[in-house]
Parts: sequence; structure tokens; C-alpha cells
Amino acid sequence: MADLTTDFLGIKSPNPFWLASAPPTDKEYNVRRAFEAGWGGVVWKTLGSEGPPVVNVNGPRYGAIHGADRRLLGLNNIELITDRSLETNLEEMTRVKKDYPDHALIASIMVPCEEAAWKAILPRVMETGCDGIELNFGCPHGMAERGMGSAVGQVPEYIQMVTEWCKKYYDKPVIVKLTPNITDVRFPARAAKAGGADAVSLINTINSITSVNLDAMSPEPMIDGKGTHGGYCGPAVKPIAMNMVAEIARDAETRGLPISGIGGITTWRDAAEFMVLGAGNVQVCTAAMTYGFKIVQEMISGMSQWMDEQGYTSTSDFIGKAVPNVTDWQYLNLNHITKARIDQDACIKCGRCYAACEDTSHQAISMTEDRVFDVKDDECVACNLCVNVCPVENCITMEVLQPGAMDERTGKVVEADYANWTTHPNNPSSTAAE
Amino acid sequence: MSSKQFEDGITAGRLDAKALDANFSDLHPAYDAHEALVAADRCYFCHDAPCQVACPTSIDIPLFIRQIATGTAESAARTILEDNILGGMCARVCPTETLCEEVCVRETAEGKPVEIGRLQRFATDTLMASGTHPFSRAASTGKKVAVVGAGPAGLACAHRLAMHGHDAVIFEARAKGGGLNEFGIAAYKSTNDFAQAEVDWLLKIGGIEIRYSSGLGDGISLDSLQADFDAVFLGMGLGGVNALRLDGEDKDGVMPATSFIEELRQATDLTGMSIGRRVVVVGGGMTAIDAGAQAKLLGAQDVTIVYRRGQEAMAASEFEQDLAAQKGVRIIHNATPIGIEGNGSLTGVRFAYTETQNGKLVTLEDGFTLPADQLFTAIGQSLTGAPDALDTAGGKITVGDTGQTSVAGVWAGGDCASGGDDLTVTAVAEGRDAAMNIHATLMGEA
Ligand SMILES: Cc1cc2nc3c(=O)[nH]c(=O)nc-3n(C[C@H](O)[C@H](O)[C@H](O)COP(=O)(O)OP(=O)(O)OC[C@H]3O[C@@H](n4cnc5c(N)ncnc54)[C@H](O)[C@@H]3O)c2cc1C
Ligand SMILES: Cc1cc2nc3c(=O)[nH]c(=O)nc-3n(C[C@H](O)[C@H](O)[C@H](O)COP(=O)(O)O)c2cc1C
Ligand code: SF4
Repeated sequence: MADLTTDFLGIKSPNPFWLASAPPTDKEYNVRRAFEAGWGGVVWKTLGSEGPPVVNVNGPRYGAIHGADRRLLGLNNIELITDRSLETNLEEMTRVKKDYPDHALIASIMVPCEEAAWKAILPRVMETGCDGIELNFGCPHGMAERGMGSAVGQVPEYIQMVTEWCKKYYDKPVIVKLTPNITDVRFPARAAKAGGADAVSLINTINSITSVNLDAMSPEPMIDGKGTHGGYCGPAVKPIAMNMVAEIARDAETRGLPISGIGGITTWRDAAEFMVLGAGNVQVCTAAMTYGFKIVQEMISGMSQWMDEQGYTSTSDFIGKAVPNVTDWQYLNLNHITKARIDQDACIKCGRCYAACEDTSHQAISMTEDRVFDVKDDECVACNLCVNVCPVENCITMEVLQPGAMDERTGKVVEADYANWTTHPNNPSSTAAE
Repeated sequence: MSSKQFEDGITAGRLDAKALDANFSDLHPAYDAHEALVAADRCYFCHDAPCQVACPTSIDIPLFIRQIATGTAESAARTILEDNILGGMCARVCPTETLCEEVCVRETAEGKPVEIGRLQRFATDTLMASGTHPFSRAASTGKKVAVVGAGPAGLACAHRLAMHGHDAVIFEARAKGGGLNEFGIAAYKSTNDFAQAEVDWLLKIGGIEIRYSSGLGDGISLDSLQADFDAVFLGMGLGGVNALRLDGEDKDGVMPATSFIEELRQATDLTGMSIGRRVVVVGGGMTAIDAGAQAKLLGAQDVTIVYRRGQEAMAASEFEQDLAAQKGVRIIHNATPIGIEGNGSLTGVRFAYTETQNGKLVTLEDGFTLPADQLFTAIGQSLTGAPDALDTAGGKITVGDTGQTSVAGVWAGGDCASGGDDLTVTAVAEGRDAAMNIHATLMGEA
């Protein structure tokens, strides 16, 4: 079994699987059980300032999107930061860290955007012995209305300012947790770096309304006839989160800034995907809330098996390995030409490829009376829609046309050279030297 | 249909090779990769899962199904084999309908459980096909343990001992290992010589020696084993069979169902395997069902299983009963054999009807005769060759929770020992648990 020990900002953990700041990490009882179940680290549920804690709604906090078999695909919540006192949380964290010195324990913090507030809480957090802090600039509901959470995370100047305060009053690693509720995630990431952040973590939840009650005419979850937008998470947000991670990993200004990947991670494979896109470790919330702590066993066994199969001996062998292959559209090779191919032996003759292509794409699939489906090379633009709608894996595949072959659609011979949009004759600002 | 079909008496070649091949193919064919993913996706990953509780070896079923669902069947196999080293055979032979699948919450919800057995087979087959053995031995302890019997109990015990660094020597009376996996299980549950392949794969851990044709009582005594080894485990199964105790039981054509099945399992060419035109099986357990079904599959024209009590009392599960019925076997309930007919060779069996009166089975006056040229008896197996020094009760060696017998340093498990059902999976659990207790005892941790 491969060694999953991971070093993130000098913080060692037995594996790269951490629990994100959320209900699973809300108290000592949970965190101890999580460590016993095998989780490598925990970001404690976000702490607020000293004094009376926030209060949560007393009705439902979650909304959900289900698949046909009630598989939970997306979750939305209107929960706030911890509603237990700072004192209690700090005492519990101290005890847990003492008993689990080899596991990562990070304090998540959200206090008002005033230097005094940060200056007050940081020494107290330091005393717990935890390994670092995460600044929650992400919560999109409730706290944002009070000028915290995503209200800070949406203004790069604030991010930089608060990060600087933290670096001034706290010696251990500072992770800035980013909100996805912005137009370009690179700006807040650059601001975090400019403020001296040791790492960024992302994503926090996405503003959302998951469903509307058509009898009560109110968004769900409904509190006394009214609803509010909540934060969306779970498998549905993974593609959005992965893009944001990759953007930061390949941005010239933030390249090399450590990233803790979060958003929809449910299996070892999801985690591996985030990590090859540049995440040094991952954090999980919804999957644990759906299936319990035990899923980490599958994450551990799955990632180890994959690493053994690939010959990786340490997680650092593959972290960021896919980043060089994430590029801009304009650099994709326009001379790379493929055509769909249908494996007639594997075909179950459902006709979905035909319907998709005939009605919504390029009319490039033919159908005979006895339901034989074939690709018309002179129409196929290789869009991949038929591959994606086909219920049989590997029944439809894309064949790469080799240089010298004829592309029946364009009537042109396939060229061996790489050529992209920047040099294409149709591009008005083409830089080609003809 | 060949003309041989209607030939009276006991004869070979009633069906041609092609028909026999089809009849004895896999009962539950293996999933392909896509089918496995679809089946795995149905699991709810229950907390404290009822299926795991129902499994005698407590395999972490939700975890291994999730590992299949996430594309790591090899890891799934490891999860299975950690608790049940014969997980491959159990995937094929366990009556899952009365174990894990019976309590699956999807059985409760929609009458269609997650197909745990077939998923288990997918995982273990994937791993075994890679030719690797996932476990290695701990540093040698220098301790030696004698294991009697290379059936599921003995093999599971020896493997667990080897894992903990002990050396195990298995004394097996027969010339082949596997126990009833090799000689008893229905042919269509264990195809392609799987039992031997599994034994070979299991032995890859090292530290296990099998001495074939070396039966306890056959020049080897319990005393000598105790003198030569640090501990002894008995997993000798039930070697004897119960007799009907009727006149004429010695006639040609009358034999224990287990002997018939054994002959069938060892046959290399089924076209050479003889079977009667009219076959009667007496009994109500898995052995009766398997004998009846396989007689039919060999080409017998009429096969009747006769059981002395009602259907609800049959030890064979409903699934097994349906399986026999589907193959064309007739099952008659509430009748008991009272006479065997024929001069030299069997010609028929006489039965009397029975009735349960005040909880007691009573034989009635009325009855019937079934013409038969073959009669298989399947009314239970019995313990033979257990060392006299051991306490026995109800025809089994008396053991405690951890398999300890009445004699210090001697453990027993599987069919020969008290407690648990007579199933492959139970034998594995008992062999494994006895090994853990032997280990703890030898290391002074018990
Ligand atoms: C016909 C039939 C069908 C069955 N079908 C199923 C099924 O579908 N599913 C299921 O779960 N269970 C089934 N069972 C039950 C299952 O096979 C047994 O419960 C299981 O094999 C018990 O394992 P064991 O190791 O205790 O004994 P066995 O499998 O009987 O193994 C005992 C071993 O000890 C050896 N031995 C015996 N005496 C001595 C001696 N004196 N010295 C040395 N070695 C000795 C034997 O040769 C044998 O190899 C079936 C049983 C029968 C008879
Ligand atoms: C109920 C709930 C409460 C959360 N509370 C916090 C919080 O207090 N602080 C925080 O930084 N993130 C919080 N999050 C966001 C998660 O930490 C995480 O970023 C997000 O759920 C995406 O990961 P996932 O898809 O694995 O759930 C919360 C999420 C949920 C579902
Ligand atoms: S009971 Fe059924 S659904 Fe639940 S864990 Fe077991 S196999 Fe999965």
C-alpha cells in the first residue's frame, strides 16, 4: 500500500484527506471520531469573536438536489458559523490536538473586518496548539449580510488587508478560504498571496436556490413561509471548483501558491483529480455528511491502489501533474482531427446518438430500417455528443485521423503540424506571418 | 433428445456433451465491469449495515461495494478477503438469500436486494485473475500448529495462522484439498475447477504445508499431534452419513447423495457419468436439492425429492427449492420411506404419508410407491473419527466461542464442531476465529 503521508505547508498528516470546516468538524465528539475513522486532518467549524455566539434558524437548514434513485447530488445550506461559545471550542481544540499530535488541526476563523478583532482572537487560537488557521472569506449567506464571509472574499483589497493582519499577529500557516461567488477567482487568490497567505483553499459554497415550493410559493428550505439563498455544495459543484483550482494553479502570479482543494469531493478519484490539478491536499464536507466518516477508508484504499498501479510512492509525485496540460482555448491544436466511430458489436441500438446528432448537432449519424447506426464522416465535426449520450461505455469512441488522411467534411488533408487560433487565417487579430 | 433418455436402469450418456455443458454452466454468471458498476450503484452504504451483521464472517460489505463503485475492485477484494479468505468460494455458494441479501434494506424496500454475492465474486475474481496474493506473513514466531482437514475451516485457520507468523501443517485424509468445496458443492456453483484454483491461491501466502493422504486415526493420533505441535485445530467436517435403516439399503442403485455428488464433482467427462432414468432422493436439505437438481441435469427423466415434513420445515432455502423445481424436479412433502423394492437391483421405493400431531411426526397408513432405479439418501451427515478424548454433544465436538474444545491446546471448527450452521462461510469464520485464539494463546495474550 502506497504511503499517503502528506506535507501541506509543513503540516504533516497521515493522508491528504481533511474534513472541511462545517458540521462534521463542529465539536470534539465529531473530530475525535473522524480521526479514529481515518481522516488525516480537520478544519474546525468556523470560530467567531468572543461574546454571545451567533444563532442559527430553528427550522430546516438544508435543501437538496437528488438523482433518480435519490442519490444526493447537491446540497444547500443556510447554516452560520459555530453557534457555540469561543471558549468551549478553544478548550475542545486544545484537548483534541494534544491527543492527536500527528493529525492536522486547523482553526477556521471569521471575525469582523477590524484589526482589533483579529488581534484579539489570534493569540487565543495560538494557545490551542493547532497547526494553522483558515480565514473564512467564503460563507455566502447570513454572515455576508453582516460584512463578513463572502462580503470580504469579494473585495480583493479586504482579503489582502486581513491576511496581512493575520501574518502580523500569528506565526503559523495562514490559509485563505476563497468564495466562488465572484467573476474571476484569480483576483482574490492574487490578493491573498499579496497579503502573505501561505495557501488558499477553495471553494466555499455557491449562492443558490435549490428548489421552490410551488404550493407555498417560497424557496426551500422554507422557514415560516420564506426562504433565502443558501450555499451550494456536493458532487454538483465539483466541476466549478476544479476549474477554479486549476486557474489559480496556472496563473502566472499565483503559480506555486499551495492550494487545498474543496468542492464535491466524494471518492478517491475526485481527490486525485483535484490534486493533479494542483491541490496539495483536499477537504471534504458533503460526502461525509451524506455517507458518514467511513468513506475515508475507500478514499485511502482507492488512492493507494491507484498510486501503486502508477508507481507513485508519495502524493508529491502527482500533485500538479496535470497543470501544464490546462491551457487556454486559443492554444488548442486545430489540426487535431477526430471522427466518431460506433462499435457495431457493442451497440444496443437505442438510437440516442441518432436523436442527439440529428436533432441538435450536425446530422452526422445515419440510421437504417433495421436500426444500424453509422457515422457520416463528411458531416461529423467530432463534437463528442454521441459519445456522451451513449449508454454503453466505449461503444462510441473518437478516432484520430492521422496526418495525410482526408477529412471528408472539409475536403482537406490532415496536417501534421500543430496550429492554433492565434495563427488561424479566420482570426482577425491573427499573429501569423503568412 | 437422445434415445438414451428413455433407457431404463442406470446408464451414462443420456445427454450429449453440448447439453451437459449448458446444464452445468455457472448458476450465477460473472458480472462484466459495467454490470458490476450498475449493481454497486444500488448500495446505500448503510450505517452499521444489516448485511454485514448477517454475514457470518462480518465482511464490510458496504465498503467493498463502494470500492467497486469507485473503480478499485482489487481494494474491494482485499476488504473481503481480510475477513473471509475463501471470499471467492463464498461468493458462489453462500445462500445469500438467507444471509446478507435477505436483510439488505433494498430487499425490504423493493423486494430486490443489492446482489452482494455476485458483486463479491466480481471483486475476488478480479484480484485472483491478477495472480497476486494480497497478504504477507508476519515475522516468524517459531510456533507450529497442526490442522486436521483441508476443508474451508482448516484452510481458513491455517491461512490466518500463517499470516500471524506461525507455521501450519495440514493433515488431510484425502489426496486433494478443499473439503466439500471440492467434493460436495453443486457443480454449477463452482465451475472451472475453482475450488482447486482457490486452494492454490490461498497457499501463496507461504508457511502452510499440506500433507495429503494423512488422516487423523490413520497412524496419526491426537496425542502424537499434541506432542509434535504447539496447538491442534480439528476441521474434519462430517465424514459419515446417516442411514435410512430399511431392509434393502444395500441394493445396487441405493447410495448416499454425497457419494453421488462426489463422483459427479470428480468426473472429468460428464458424458461418462451414469444416472438412473427414475431417481428418488430422500431428504430436505441442501444435499437433497443438489442431488436432485444435478440428477435431472445429467438427463434423468423423472426426479423426485421426498421429504418427511412440510415445505416450511425444509432446511434448503426457498431459492434452492425453486431452483430444483425450475429444473424439473418434483418435491413431495410429508412422506417417509418405509420399504425398498427390487431383486438385487432397485425397482422402487415405498412411502407412507406423515402428519404432525401435537408437535410429533406420525406415520400414517396411506402411502404410495415410486418406481426408481436409483435412490439417493440425504438425511444428514455424521461425525466420524473424532478423538475419544474430546467431549461431544449432539454428534458434534463441543467447543466454546473461540473454538476451544474440552482438551487444552485443541481447537475445532466447521461442520465437526458445535455452534453455527453447516455452511462454508460459517466454517471459514470458525476456522479464522479459532486461529486468532490459538495465536493469542501461543503468544501469551489470551
Ligand atoms: C452436498 C452438499 C452441498 C453443500 N452446498 C453448500 C452450499 O451451497 N453452500 C454452503 O454454504 N454450504 C454448502 N454445504 C455445506 C458446506 O460444504 C460445509 O458446511 C463446509 O464444507 C464445512 O467445512 P469444513 O471445513 O468444516 O468441512 P469439510 O468441507 O467437510 O472438510 C473437511 C476436510 O477434512 C478432511 N478429513 C475428514 N476426516 C479427516 C481425518 N480423520 N483426518 C484428516 N482429514 C480429514 C476431509 O477429507 C475434508 O477435506 C454443502 C454440503 C454438502 C454435503
Ligand atoms: C452545513 C454547512 C456548513 C458549513 N459551514 C462552513 C463554515 O462554518 N465555515 C467554512 O469555511 N465553510 C463552511 N461550509 C463550507 C464547506 O466547508 C465546504 O467548503 C463546502 O461545503 C464545499 O465542499 P463539499 O462539496 O465537500 O461539501 C459549510 C458547508 C455546509 C454544508
Ligand atoms: S444492506 Fe444493502 S444497501 Fe445496505 S449496505 Fe448492505 S448491501 Fe448496501
